[in-house]
Amino acid sequence: MLVKDRVIGLILEHLEVEKEKAVPEAHFIDDLGISSMDLWELVLIMEDEFNLEVPDEDLEKIQTIQNAINYIEQRVGKEIPD
Amino acid sequence: MLMNSKPLSGQRALVTGAGQGIGRAIALKLFELGAKVAVNDLNEPAGKETVSLIEAKGGCAVFCGFSVAEYQRVQEEVKKLEKELAGLEILVNNAGITRDQILPRMKPEQWQEVIAVNLTGAFNCARAASRVMVKRHYGRIISLSSVVAYLGQAGQANYAASKAGIIGLTRSLALELAPYQITVNAIAPGLIETAMTEKIPEAMRKEIMKRIPLGRPGRPEEVAEAAAFLCLPGSGYITGQVIHLNGGLYLG
Repeated sequence: MLVKDRVIGLILEHLEVEKEKAVPEAHFIDDLGISSMDLWELVLIMEDEFNLEVPDEDLEKIQTIQNAINYIEQRVGKEIPD
Repeated sequence: MLMNSKPLSGQRALVTGAGQGIGRAIALKLFELGAKVAVNDLNEPAGKETVSLIEAKGGCAVFCGFSVAEYQRVQEEVKKLEKELAGLEILVNNAGITRDQILPRMKPEQWQEVIAVNLTGAFNCARAASRVMVKRHYGRIISLSSVVAYLGQAGQANYAASKAGIIGLTRSLALELAPYQITVNAIAPGLIETAMTEKIPEAMRKEIMKRIPLGRPGRPEEVAEAAAFLCLPGSGYITGQVIHLNGGLYLG
């Protein structure tokens, strides 16, 4: 499965976001109206999903959906086993 | 209806400053209710004694000797603890010190140390613990405030400020973590019989006692009862609150 699809899947599963709005350029807080707490929880969920830890310094890098995809891809590659 | 005598069975608690006084009483009470307890204190012999007391009764406890005032160390130690205990449901921010002096003569270090341990320490620990609590959608964070946050106390501007700060922290954190079913509350004890209040000069003690309607100091075990109550799974609708435990010294 593509990491990209799984990340978007997690976003749709866990945040109250309309499918059409979940585009890579979307900014979590500004475009999707997500709270800081929800964004932080999403990062924790991705930690569990992809079995990695996101240090505090890296949290800053994740502002848009594309940021999240890029970050995970950098850490685990573009694909994960189904 | 059967009362569950071990309502905290399977749960893990970190109690800071649990080497003596209120912290020890809370650690012992949480163990009694079935929790595995991590005993933190800078005083290693005292902390280890709390662990021994728990183990002697067949309980499970671990000692961790870090200073709550050291941010990075707290993050690392709490993470290690979570791995060791496979989780963390309860955090009790009890570690606290006094450095009494009237403000016009107070040294900057006296101010800073008290804020660092009593208030920043609570931040450091809550910061670390909230991670696993949010992941698990469950948690209980309890911090110790004090009646002096409400009444003021000459000679304790630093202590009173730190304990008042705990209230603002508690309220804000309660709002942040509520969506995750994590409750965040504070306990504000009055005069409690501990090593900290032993130092109060006799004349001052007599004066304070006159103002306590119940006519006696409180016991650490009585503070522990309130902490335990807040930790119960059944107490999940109480959040952002301060429980006053002062014999009537302050009504609020």
